[in-house]
Amino acid sequence: MTNQEEKKQELLTVTSGEMYQPYNWSAGSRGSRFLTELKENKRLFGIKCPKCGRVYVPPRKVCGRCYVAMDELVPVSDEGEIVVCAIIEFGFVDPATGVQRPVPYGYIFVRLDGADTTLPHFCNSADPEKVKVGARVKAVFEDERKGTLMDIRHFELI
Amino acid sequence: MGKRVAVVGFGQTIGRSSRKDVNGVEIINEAVVAALADAELTIDDIDAIVIGNMDHFEGINYVDSWSVEGSGGVMKPIFKVTTGGTTGSSVAMCAYYHAASGMFDRVLAIGWEKNSESDTTGAIITAFDPFWERPNIGGAIAGLAVEASKYMSNYGVTERDGARVAVRERLHALNNPYAHLHQEWMKGMEVDQLVELLVTSEQNQVLAYPLRMSDMCPRTDGAAAVVFASEDVAEKIAPIPAWVVATANRHDYVYLGDLNWDVNETLRDASRKVFEKAGIKEPLKEIDVCELYMPYSYAGLKWMENIGFCGPGEGPKLLWDGTTDMDGELPVNPSGGVMSYNAIGATALIRVGEAAIQVMRKAGTRQVQKDVNYALSTGFGGCSWADVMLLGKNKPA
Repeated sequence: MTNQEEKKQELLTVTSGEMYQPYNWSAGSRGSRFLTELKENKRLFGIKCPKCGRVYVPPRKVCGRCYVAMDELVPVSDEGEIVVCAIIEFGFVDPATGVQRPVPYGYIFVRLDGADTTLPHFCNSADPEKVKVGARVKAVFEDERKGTLMDIRHFELI
Repeated sequence: MGKRVAVVGFGQTIGRSSRKDVNGVEIINEAVVAALADAELTIDDIDAIVIGNMDHFEGINYVDSWSVEGSGGVMKPIFKVTTGGTTGSSVAMCAYYHAASGMFDRVLAIGWEKNSESDTTGAIITAFDPFWERPNIGGAIAGLAVEASKYMSNYGVTERDGARVAVRERLHALNNPYAHLHQEWMKGMEVDQLVELLVTSEQNQVLAYPLRMSDMCPRTDGAAAVVFASEDVAEKIAPIPAWVVATANRHDYVYLGDLNWDVNETLRDASRKVFEKAGIKEPLKEIDVCELYMPYSYAGLKWMENIGFCGPGEGPKLLWDGTTDMDGELPVNPSGGVMSYNAIGATALIRVGEAAIQVMRKAGTRQVQKDVNYALSTGFGGCSWADVMLLGKNKPA
């Protein structure tokens, strides 16, 4: 084949097809307990560092900054404050469901009362005038809960 | 302390939204051939290679193995480094460590990505926690949009301020023949007129409020390669080597929700460490030019503060008074930056290469018209970790 012919050549691609590669991830004991409490009792808790006093949600075993083990579980509220937020207008496929999420929707990081870290979630409003830094929100729980973060359906503006 | 090390060569492909005429091996090869030509070396001169991309964008693992015919790695020491957005700067840091160790004199750093081969958001999500982040994650743009929301709220920053950053980056890109985005229509228009257009035009779609299309980096197919050389050979290879003065990287969180949204703490601390090592006390005065990994417009405001170029909330002033334009006191991103060319695994290595050519005075139409003693480059992985590398004209003490 000459170079001239190569230049006219159609450029081909191949798609990966309907790949399916299931994984089985571990939540760990603290994560499992958090999700079980959420499912069974609609209760949320964090974990407090014995050294710096920071309360982490979700709970985990080590405070990375102090590098010490954490054992003190502390209840946190299902209400809190929006620390950062965006209104998502571009559609992409939800990694959990394989379905394109309807847009627009509010995407917020909530500092639950009693916690120091924030929890990312959906907001029930997509109005940029209302979904704002500092706005107060409250968790809305699913009736049928499965032991996942999405047992909180979304947070609603108070 | 190890050996002193300098950048002595840089090559990159022209950024394109899709390069169907080449596969991974071939696009890597284009950058390596260009870097070797720039350094006037052959592959036989290279003692070791460090290569990186983000595997999940192409879905083909072990690039260190399968790319050897393109990278020049046949029967050579070669390692892969993959650190997300910072991949390119981490590759550079590791190539620097190789040469500084005294065990390898000439080390090739390669970064590449063919972003056209997958959905960027879909691939990026695989870096996030399946229990606490993936179920409701807002995608690649959302993590930056939420950071912007807090910065704007803290300091009363407006969409016009963000647009002014975008205008600077795209105007600079017009000087860079390698840039992916060449927005020729901007030529000859006033900055104020362009800012007004970006914040009012319906064509400039809102992606994740407050971010519009113009606030974001593109997805690019591209590759870059940089040659690092130890002090034993650097001055024989390059007339003006770009010496690595100092480098540092920092990570600080497990889940996105752990972040301190007020400050980019990793960039702040990595920058402080680099300035401390280099003895730099007034970054704005002492640094001559920057190539900073700023994937979206508001990074051009907030992160300038976090690096230490100005105080909290002073980013807009530094921008609007022209300090960071090509003819300003501190030109930022003469190449047009990440917002004009973003082949993710190559992106942060291009910052190092572009900073180096400013020191080496080989930047052609995008060369800053001033002496360059210090050029700063950064890498960002997100959100939010940082690599920082400072290059200089004078051989470090």
